[in-house]
Amino acid sequence: MGKLSVELCGIPLDNPIIPASGTFGYGYEFAELYDINCLGTFSFKGTTLHPRFGNPTPRIAECTAGMINAVGLQNPGVDAVIAEELPKLAKVFHKPVMANVSGFSVEEYAETCKKLDELSQVGWLEVNVSCPNVHGGGMSFGVDPVAAASVVKAVKAVTTKPVIVKLSPNVTDIVAIAKACEDAGADGISLINTLLGMRIDLRTRKPIIANKMGGFSGPAIFPVALRMVYQVAHAVSIPVIGMGGVQSSEDVIEMMLAGATAVEVGTANLIDPFACKKIIDDLPRVMQRYHIASLADIIKGVD
Amino acid sequence: MKQCIFTIEKNIALTESVFEMRLLGDTSAFSRPGQFLNIRLEGLFLRRPISVCDYDENGLTIVYKVVGMGTAQLSRMHPGETLDLLTGLGNGYDTAKCGDHALLLGGGVGVPPLYGLCKTLIAEGKQVSVVLGFNTKEEVFYENEFRALGADVTVTTVDGLYGIKGFVTDALPERYDYFFTCGPEPMLKAVDKATATSGQFSFEERMGCGFGACMGCSCKTVTGFKRICKDGPVLEKEEILWES
Repeated sequence: MGKLSVELCGIPLDNPIIPASGTFGYGYEFAELYDINCLGTFSFKGTTLHPRFGNPTPRIAECTAGMINAVGLQNPGVDAVIAEELPKLAKVFHKPVMANVSGFSVEEYAETCKKLDELSQVGWLEVNVSCPNVHGGGMSFGVDPVAAASVVKAVKAVTTKPVIVKLSPNVTDIVAIAKACEDAGADGISLINTLLGMRIDLRTRKPIIANKMGGFSGPAIFPVALRMVYQVAHAVSIPVIGMGGVQSSEDVIEMMLAGATAVEVGTANLIDPFACKKIIDDLPRVMQRYHIASLADIIKGVD
Repeated sequence: MKQCIFTIEKNIALTESVFEMRLLGDTSAFSRPGQFLNIRLEGLFLRRPISVCDYDENGLTIVYKVVGMGTAQLSRMHPGETLDLLTGLGNGYDTAKCGDHALLLGGGVGVPPLYGLCKTLIAEGKQVSVVLGFNTKEEVFYENEFRALGADVTVTTVDGLYGIKGFVTDALPERYDYFFTCGPEPMLKAVDKATATSGQFSFEERMGCGFGACMGCSCKTVTGFKRICKDGPVLEKEEILWES
C-alpha cells in the first residue's frame, strides 16, 4: 500500500480523491485534459431510470465563495448510460467507477441499481437520497430515516456491490438518518450533498434560478460539511466519504481527520478543471509538512 | 480546451460601457470564430465566459460590456496584469455551410464574435454583408473595423440618430445565401422570423463551468439536449426549439 492509499468498502483506492457526481460528467471530457487514472475513482453524473432534461434555465447562480445549481438531475437515463457513456469511459478509465443513482420511488432506485449491478466497471453504488419521493408527498427520501432506510433495503436486495448512501444536509438530525441507513444495511455513507439556497436579482426582483431555489456548494459550505462528517463518522461504524467545499489538499486532510475514509471534490472541478489532479499531486507535500506517513492512519484522528 | 495565463496588452473603452481588451498568450486551443473563453477573476467565485472577437498566434481580442461585478473588475485592469483563462471553449461558427454571400447580423455585445467570423469568411473569398444593431448612436462600435475587412456594412439604431432607424431586421439586404447572428434573444427570435435562408445563431446562458461538465446551461433542440457551452454556443437554425 502506498502512503496515499486507502480502502473503501473493501476496494483499494490509490488515493482518497474522488470527483463528486455532477461535476465530472461521465469522465471522458476530463480525460481530454489529464489522465484521470490518477484519481482514486470518480462518481459519475447522477443517473435515473428514465432520461431527464432537468429544470429550466437559468440553473446557475454565483454566491460569495460558492454557487447555487438547480440542474435537476439531467441525464440520459440508465439504459443510455450503460449503452453509450460507460463504454466511452472504459476507453479512458481503467479503475472501478462509482455509479451515482437517483430515483423518485423505491422501485425506481432498485431497478436502476439492478441494471448497474451487472457491470464489472462499477465498483460502488452511491445512492443519492436527496430526490423528492413522489409516493411520499414529494418530501425528500433523505430527510426521513424510515424513507431513507427503505431505499437502502430495496437497493441492497438487488446488488452485491457496496452501497454508499449520499446524504442531504438539509435535515435536523443527520446522525439519525445515517444510523438508519447503516441499520438498513448500507456499506458506507457519503456527505454532504448541497445546502438548499437562493439568490434574487435586484434588477428584475426575481430569483436568479428559474426553479427559485437550488443547491449551494463551494468552499463556503466546508465548515458545515466537516462538522456533519465528524458527527456521522463518530456515530456509525461503516466508512464515510466526506465532501462539501473541498478545494485543497489541506481540506482533504481536515476531512480525513474528522472521519472521512475518502474525500469527494465537487464544485472545485468547475472552476479549475485540473483541481483533483492538483490536489493529488500536492498531497505528499502537505503530508510531509504535517508529519503524516500514511493517509490511512489519520482517518478519524480527531476524537 | 486549455488553461493558460494571458497578459493584458491593451484595455480601452470603445463606448461608455464597452471595452476592448487585447491579451497575449497561447491561443492554440482556438480553431474557429465564435468560440469563447472563461476568465477567472480575483475574489469572484465563478469564471466569466466572454466571446472571442479575434485571435492570432500571439494573442486574442475580447470586446465586452460592463454589466456586473465581473466585467466592471475586468474594465479596471491594466496592461501588464495577467488573467487565468480557459481557452478554446464552444463549437464556434462553421463557415463550410455558407454559400458565396454571407449575411452577418449582430446586436450590441453580440457584434464582437462576428468580427473574427467576417475576417474568416473574407479570407475564404466570400462576399460579406454586415448589419450591426445598437440602441443609440453613442453605443455604436466596430463599424469601421468591419468595413476595413472589406465587408458591406449597415448600422441600425433604435433611436434613429445614426444609420437606419430600427432593428437589424429592418435593414436586411435583398440577397444573401446564408446568415450568421449573435445578439440578445429577442433579436435572435426576430432574425429567425425575418430570414429566408438557413443560418447559425450564437446563444448566451448562465454557465457553471463553461466546458460541459455541470449541465448548467442545457437547452432542448430538435436533435436532443445540448449544452450551450460545449455543444454550442452556435446552433443551426433547423435544430433550434424557440421558447415562447
